[in-house]
Amino acid sequence: MSHVKGHMSNVIMIDLSISQAHEGLKNKKFSSVDLTQAYLDRIKELDSKLNTYVTVTGDFALEKAKKIDEAGDFSSPLAGIPMSLKDVVCTAGIKTTASSKILENFVPPYNAHVADRLFDAGAVLLGKANTDEFTHGSSTETSYFGTSKNPWNTDCVPGGSSGGSASQVAADLATYSIGTDTGGSIRQPASLCSCVGLKVTYGRVPRHGVMPYASSFDTIGPLTKTVEDAALVLQAIAGRSEKDATTPNVPVPNYSDSLKTDLKGVKIGIPKEYFQEGVEEETIKVINDGIEVMKKLGAEVIDVSLPLTKYSIPTYYLLAKSEASTNLARYDGIKYGHTTDSAKKLTEIYMKSRSEGFGDEVKRAIMIGTYALSAGYYDAFYLKAAKVRALMKKEFEEAFAKCDVLVTPTSPFPAFKIGEKADDPLAMYMADILTTAVNLAGICAMSIPAGFSSGGLPIGMQIMANQYKEENLFHAGHAFEQATEWRIKKPNL
Amino acid sequence: MQLSQEDVKHIAKLARLELNEKEVDKFSNQLSDILSHAKILDEVDTSSVEPIAQITGLKDVFFDDERKDCEFTDELLAQSPMEKQDHMLKVKSVF
Repeated sequence: MSHVKGHMSNVIMIDLSISQAHEGLKNKKFSSVDLTQAYLDRIKELDSKLNTYVTVTGDFALEKAKKIDEAGDFSSPLAGIPMSLKDVVCTAGIKTTASSKILENFVPPYNAHVADRLFDAGAVLLGKANTDEFTHGSSTETSYFGTSKNPWNTDCVPGGSSGGSASQVAADLATYSIGTDTGGSIRQPASLCSCVGLKVTYGRVPRHGVMPYASSFDTIGPLTKTVEDAALVLQAIAGRSEKDATTPNVPVPNYSDSLKTDLKGVKIGIPKEYFQEGVEEETIKVINDGIEVMKKLGAEVIDVSLPLTKYSIPTYYLLAKSEASTNLARYDGIKYGHTTDSAKKLTEIYMKSRSEGFGDEVKRAIMIGTYALSAGYYDAFYLKAAKVRALMKKEFEEAFAKCDVLVTPTSPFPAFKIGEKADDPLAMYMADILTTAVNLAGICAMSIPAGFSSGGLPIGMQIMANQYKEENLFHAGHAFEQATEWRIKKPNL
Repeated sequence: MQLSQEDVKHIAKLARLELNEKEVDKFSNQLSDILSHAKILDEVDTSSVEPIAQITGLKDVFFDDERKDCEFTDELLAQSPMEKQDHMLKVKSVF
């Protein structure tokens, strides 16, 4: 086989969705080793440009792929398919850094439960994806290992915090990736990079072994090339676990059953607050065009109102940063991670190790959280926000009494330039203005490709559904995706 | 609302963070902006609302109270940069 021909077949192989790659493996068109090697070649060729991998686990991946090929058992749709994990998902014997200096050399002794479930399903791990430090951010610019780039325009951010994951899926550096979403960290980068990003209901996927940001918000979910793939990955990772007491005993349905191509009988609510000032007109137009497509597919569209939306950002950051400040207290320079070499007494170990090990945004989060939880300010900040959260949950319940899903833009604007918001934390928080309410209410949502800006940057549509109604997302998302061709468009790299 | 440099230093101490003067200056401005913005929550009437911290309504999740050995004791202890002695970590003196 000539070099050029070999290269071309690689390009075709890495372009495949999970379901397509699964067909190829099952029918022996190629092996898992072929597929894995094709991705590793692509990573070698492109990742110096996109900076999406903190660690590439080439040998580990090829060894697993070889085992899968030898066993020849492709009954699991994920068997032999190469993927990546955001670098907050612990992997036994493989460095897991949270993209932070404080964990720069941390090697966990065990796998996160979600990693175990995927490995049991035959997944091949290509490496660990870059993220904002401890997932604090909307651009990956707070990563200790440098920002990841947007494959559609490398001067732009890929979004965040799962920006490494989104860039990888969009640029064919992984078939899919596992991210985390605390305030939009799967959906917003999926929107900015043109892939599918699923934020599951709180508790749907066990969080054991995934480094926390804010424990009452954190969720784990896939970034994929298609809606069908998101359903396949969720099938493998969803469900109750004794290792996470917040996973309820709610049955996991067969998600593939909900992948229908028409929307007859589906009621879609349009919350007007998600189409107001602060959201770019071009973005609004793309989503309105998308809603027209859904109407043609048979959906009934109604107006709904979520008047508390404008309070979602402060409610979110008060609560999330409070929880983060307590979660990050475990990094003390003693148990694991970075420790200072200039301490003479115990308190100095804490103070210096943390100051040397944490970046700016994480320090800011700890400071805001500590303030909001401190005596004298607890009632005015933390408790007030926890009450507004209760009202927001009720508001969503009322909306979902009238419709099956809500449709909105995912991000108020397409990808922004690297550095544009880096020095203005409040402006950066505003990038999450359309995503955080979902986490506050604990409901599920998904971003899917819906079009492009005049500058050629992707624009994502957000579909929301009530708690444990992921099948509604897959139904509406799949029908829209099959009726449009946005998923086919690829960045020119 | 404006956080003074003293406020910032006090919070930093509570949070076990050592900040330099430049950071104190920067954070006093940024935290003031962020917390002032949060005051818009005062517009929402929450007088008869119970706060929420568990969003899916789960409560009292119990598992069997069984003793289980940790599989990773040595690996976990090996993570510590401190000196070790008989499965204990030796840290600097408190004073």
